[in-house]
Amino acid sequence: MPVLPDRVDRDAPEFAARRESLLELLAEHDRQLALATAGGGERAVDRHRQRGKLLPRERIELLLDPDSPFLELSPLCAWGTSYTVGGSVVTGIGVVEGTEVLIQAHDPTVRGGAINPFGAKKQGRASQIANENRLPVVNLVESGGADLPTQSEIFIPGGAGFRDLTRKSAAAIPTIALVFGNSTAGGAYVPGMSDYIVMVEGRAKVFLGGPPLVKMATGEESDDEELGGAEMHARVSGLADYLAVDEHDAIRLGRQIVRRLNREKLGRPPAASYSDPLYDIDDLLGIVPTDLREPFDPRDVLARILDGSEFDEFKPLYGSSLVTGFGQLHGYPVGVLANARGVLFSEESEKAAQFIQLANQSDTPLLFLQNTTGYMVGKEYEQRGIIKAGAQMINAVSNSDVPHFTINMGASYGAGNYGMCGRAYDPRFLFTWPNAKSAVMGPAQLAGVLSIVARASAEAKGQPYDEEADAAMREMVENQIEAESKALFLTARLYDDGIIDPRDTRTVLGMALSVAHNKPVQGRRGFGVFRM
Amino acid sequence: MPAISRILVANRGEIARRVFRTAREMGIGTVAVYSDADADAPFVREADQAVRLPGTSPTETYLRGDLVIAAAKATGADAIHPGYGFLSENAEFARQVAAAGLTWIGPPADAIDAMGSKLGAKRMMRDAGVPTLPWAESADGAAEVGFPLLVKASAGGGGRGMRIVRDPADLAGAVEAASREAAGAFGDATVFCERYLDAPRHIEVQVFADSHGNVVSLFERECSIQRRHQKIVEEAPSPAVDDDLRGRLGEAAVAAARAVGYVGAGTVEFVMAPDASYFFLEMNTRLQVEHPVTECITGLDLVRLQILVAAGEPLPPEALAPSITGHAIEVRLYAEDATNGFLPVTGTLREFEVAPGVRCDAGVESGSVVSPYYDAMIAKVIAHGASRGEAAAKLAAALRASRIHGVTTNRDLLVRILAEDEFLDGATDTAYLDRHDPAELGAALLDDAGRRTHAAMAALALEVVSRAAAPVWSRLPSGWRNNPSQPQRVVLGVDGNEIQVAYRVDRSGRVDVDLDGQPLEIEVHARVPGQIDASIDGVRRRYRTAVSADRGTVDVDSPLGASSYVVVPRFEDPSHHVAVGSLVAPMPGAVVRVLVRAGETVAKGDPLVVLEAMKMEHTVASPAAGTVSEVRVEPGQQVDAGAVLAVVDAETQVDD
Repeated sequence: MPVLPDRVDRDAPEFAARRESLLELLAEHDRQLALATAGGGERAVDRHRQRGKLLPRERIELLLDPDSPFLELSPLCAWGTSYTVGGSVVTGIGVVEGTEVLIQAHDPTVRGGAINPFGAKKQGRASQIANENRLPVVNLVESGGADLPTQSEIFIPGGAGFRDLTRKSAAAIPTIALVFGNSTAGGAYVPGMSDYIVMVEGRAKVFLGGPPLVKMATGEESDDEELGGAEMHARVSGLADYLAVDEHDAIRLGRQIVRRLNREKLGRPPAASYSDPLYDIDDLLGIVPTDLREPFDPRDVLARILDGSEFDEFKPLYGSSLVTGFGQLHGYPVGVLANARGVLFSEESEKAAQFIQLANQSDTPLLFLQNTTGYMVGKEYEQRGIIKAGAQMINAVSNSDVPHFTINMGASYGAGNYGMCGRAYDPRFLFTWPNAKSAVMGPAQLAGVLSIVARASAEAKGQPYDEEADAAMREMVENQIEAESKALFLTARLYDDGIIDPRDTRTVLGMALSVAHNKPVQGRRGFGVFRM
Repeated sequence: MPAISRILVANRGEIARRVFRTAREMGIGTVAVYSDADADAPFVREADQAVRLPGTSPTETYLRGDLVIAAAKATGADAIHPGYGFLSENAEFARQVAAAGLTWIGPPADAIDAMGSKLGAKRMMRDAGVPTLPWAESADGAAEVGFPLLVKASAGGGGRGMRIVRDPADLAGAVEAASREAAGAFGDATVFCERYLDAPRHIEVQVFADSHGNVVSLFERECSIQRRHQKIVEEAPSPAVDDDLRGRLGEAAVAAARAVGYVGAGTVEFVMAPDASYFFLEMNTRLQVEHPVTECITGLDLVRLQILVAAGEPLPPEALAPSITGHAIEVRLYAEDATNGFLPVTGTLREFEVAPGVRCDAGVESGSVVSPYYDAMIAKVIAHGASRGEAAAKLAAALRASRIHGVTTNRDLLVRILAEDEFLDGATDTAYLDRHDPAELGAALLDDAGRRTHAAMAALALEVVSRAAAPVWSRLPSGWRNNPSQPQRVVLGVDGNEIQVAYRVDRSGRVDVDLDGQPLEIEVHARVPGQIDASIDGVRRRYRTAVSADRGTVDVDSPLGASSYVVVPRFEDPSHHVAVGSLVAPMPGAVVRVLVRAGETVAKGDPLVVLEAMKMEHTVASPAAGTVSEVRVEPGQQVDAGAVLAVVDAETQVDD
């Protein structure tokens, strides 16, 4: 088996410099994660705890199997906005009673767990992941419903959340709601639409209208417990299937329910035994430059994430700016497409299109390692049909049926983002390294284009061109684009499923591959493979 | 006498296995009998054939001579070995065996009878010139005997029907009490008075006689360290016996054996005063529990000699000219709580693995159940060394390194005795455990710091098991989080306390551990199922760990000592909640008396229920003043350990 070599000089000054620079970015990332974990802040957390309640991540930790990993999704959602980092909800994938499940937990310390537009988007993405990967969903519910000041952005599209719950049920994807506190008005339909409902005695409140609203609507006098108490729902309305004596008990019941779901994974199981990579994944910090202009060889990455560092490269001598080939990751076969020198030419595009078809023939999941500045431009390339070649690649990516996994390792610019399975191409999961950026083009190029167009427009009108204003405009645009292409900006807007430490890449992909195999892995068939 | 081809052992546990071992070596077939409680015991599996004796109590099973003889017939056994205890000193049974045409591997029935009566035996010994303690057959002769004296049942044994009298004024009462007890226990009210030696040494001589007139002494054993009149440490030779004394003791023992026409293995017991004067105590007409120390120093197989003699052969030359090589010490491992009045303990031995380098005669193995029906001795561990000190060191080291979990044992007490100065000086007598408080000497070898260290290892052992057993993601890093918010936590119960262990395994495999909020400086070198290799404060040790299949307990052994932890479940099923104030049975047993009714007011310490277990009564008392809200048991009911007996609603506490 071809084994990738270790070509890294750990004593080189560049190695140390890259490592230091990436560690700085990671430290910054950790500081932002701490904000998400802090939820609504110290006072809100204290108040919540004083009521004898657990924080959302404490509830999740109790729900998970001991010592099992947990992949939190979109933890920095809403970063850099006026909303609390995290979007007042925690989502992620973990193992409960040996079953991979998707978990969503409201953060009641952030405005009572009210759903804002970012949180709604984050829950939508989590729901999509559950659907695409056939994952049972456990909702840890405690939310006052929609964030009323932003209702216009949530109310109408928000109905999809309830629709999706029952569609999951129709697709035999179990949904479980553990209700810890308020789940009122529209929020009442989260438990309402679930297959299994557990409510915590004295805590869960599930009703369409609370006492003041009922009084206003009908004049009836009522209290919380009568309208939506856990005990009422367990004994009278029948909405609650299980009455939990406290939060721990609710989580115990949640685990008990999952144990009896009898979930079986429909995808092929991973290899029973496999080797770890031969080289330390820690090296990635010294391999990956934070300056995107410096190229690096993706084989040095593959050598640290693939089982046994084994990689069978496909078409190594053709279209060499894109590395393609087969390997295995945590026991699962993968086909890899990785940018080597940034630019995609016709040859790379055709090679990609052919390789994607081959992976579909053999039901092999695909891993896209992005580091691309886009498709080549220029007379020669246009005339040789770069659009046709790029279209072939995008066509293949779009219509491929095997699961795709995308890591943005650095640059993801222009249509290269599309061809390399960017967010719009629905990879099962997409993660970003902290050094990575993505935009339609580089900030300087974009500002330059704007400047050329403006100058041409002024010239056409016979007006003098204000060079000073142009310089100011260019600087402003460059700064804006630079800021908006950074990993933190992208992850805040749900353009990925999270920023990950490059050293966790193998772990995260191992989880993602395992999760994807809850569904059968079946490639697109129909035509023979087009040799391009 | 016919040759022996198949032996039935009318006994259980280690002695049955012991006899089977020699029988196999001699090419003799083996037959076991077993009670229902012993159906899964190792001795049953090791026998060629086994016959069930229905029931559990000794009277229903191992004491049923008729069933035992029928079992021998059914299996074609031609000889019966009685072991010790049970039917071994039952002359009537010995006669029935012979009458059934089977060979009795034991002394003649008449010799058993002669020695069975203490009074008769004393007379016979005095006549044979064996030194005896002054005695009188009635209270009238007490003055001549002198005080202190012992009022003893003639038919007695095991400490029952005995009274020590130091003041002549107490004599009449003691005689009356002892004879009442003797009548109740043995059906014979005869008692006599005997001079009582305070804190003598217990010295006994192993004798062997064949049917050809040979009687030989196989030297003495000392068994002075006793608790509740039962020996727990035995050795040969005695540190208090020199060659001259040995010669005299041997002659006295041989004379005693000859006096009763003895054949087979027997033990003549003496008490020895500090001035080395010795007096006949009694003769045990069977193989003794502690026979292995004699085997170690003489190189003889006493069971083999028993079989040869029973088959009518003369004692072989090596037995007729025995010699002593080195020194041997035996300890008896009991399932009991030495720190709590030697209370017997029952349960499942999760692990039983005695370290190599010593002899272990065990009735149990890993997974064996220690039942409440029989003697609580689970094994004998014997070390043989060039010197007494070496044997003691070897035995202590082996005991320390043994893995014994699931049932509390006296192991730590034994280890401490073997290293204790008085013992090492050979200054032992029967009051040894009066001078050395067993609660102290028997306390766990593992100190508090060790218990905490072991708790960390227990948590990591659970972690290793839970990762290995994970059906998905098992090769992903343990407890991995992309957004860590808290460590993994496990709560471990030990001796009624709880230790919370928090830990996190980082990307590189480094483990951070925190115990009850205190970080532990630990470097984990390797952790695999069953073993953790770690350095703490610069000292690297291997910690052996065992996690039960249900992950409910973890046992940890290391050079620091041994400990077991109960894993406190993360969740409790509310239907399993035990009401506050519930009083639970401390051990399995039968309810003898219920002393309260629901609704009664009780004071703190008031007895509520009396249980009988292991022939002892245990009183369950109210932990606080209050009202009895529930009584859940009635007299005669059998209860398991942990069963709720009654519930007391405590009065609201008022601070003093």
